[in-house]
Amino acid sequence: MKVLMAWLAGVLFGLGLILSGMTDPSKVLGFLDLAGAWDPSLAFVMGGALLVGSLTFPLIVKRSKSILGEAMRLPTATRIDRRLVLGGLTFGVGWGLAGYCPGPALASLAQGGIKPLLFFVAMLAGMALFELMEHMKNRSLTKPA
Amino acid sequence: MTIDWNNYTPWLSLTGGLFIGLAAAMFLAFNGRIAGISGIIGGLLNPGRGDIAWRIAFMAGVVISPFVFVLAAPLPEVTIEAEYPMLITAGLLVGVGTRYGSGCTSGHGICGLSRRSPRSMAATVAFMVAGFVTVYVVRHLMG
Repeated sequence: MKVLMAWLAGVLFGLGLILSGMTDPSKVLGFLDLAGAWDPSLAFVMGGALLVGSLTFPLIVKRSKSILGEAMRLPTATRIDRRLVLGGLTFGVGWGLAGYCPGPALASLAQGGIKPLLFFVAMLAGMALFELMEHMKNRSLTKPA
Repeated sequence: MTIDWNNYTPWLSLTGGLFIGLAAAMFLAFNGRIAGISGIIGGLLNPGRGDIAWRIAFMAGVVISPFVFVLAAPLPEVTIEAEYPMLITAGLLVGVGTRYGSGCTSGHGICGLSRRSPRSMAATVAFMVAGFVTVYVVRHLMG
């Protein structure tokens, strides 16, 4: 049931991405190009999503268990640290270079063409690089001096 | 500032946004999890116990969504301006950045802001500003 709901949420999420225009990198870049011919459409994507989210999330997060009886796993970190900001900035540069963020890249995979696939594989490599660096950091921390 | 009225699609984008918000709310209510795409994908590279099936199911749902979409309407045309080296560079930056920053447009921008998380607000400002500046540099300073 949990897996089926995850799948359904994924389908609905993907439909929203396609409908909204997020899967078209040129539209994303048109939104990020404030100094050119600016296409404000994508502000409405966030507006629509936040409209639903800000009405429903405060109610849902009060639950002690999910509807399917799963633990509610909400982020617990509260500190605005260097990792968060530098990570966000790095992501933003990549987003601005190609016009893809992770969701739309995923939703574009089956639409064919080598370009979304190439971006996706590079993104996976970037994520693997992160895991590797974390692993090495943890090892050096636990090694006796 | 000039507005690109030819490509302006406020209603479609708003409706798409409502779908995305609904999907995120549904996922949180039923599965108790944040619908953050970079976290869902990245978590597969270092998964915990019982942690793989739902991640793959969510990703599979997003991947097949175009096939569901075409049942109702033709897929919108897409234009990918970036060439291969640029796509690879961008992909690497997005991969590393979203994992260090603990989230992307969905996890921070939609779910995080919906629960009024100051961390997500900071991350969203960071990636939006970086996106605006990058496009400015690429299109108007270098281009």
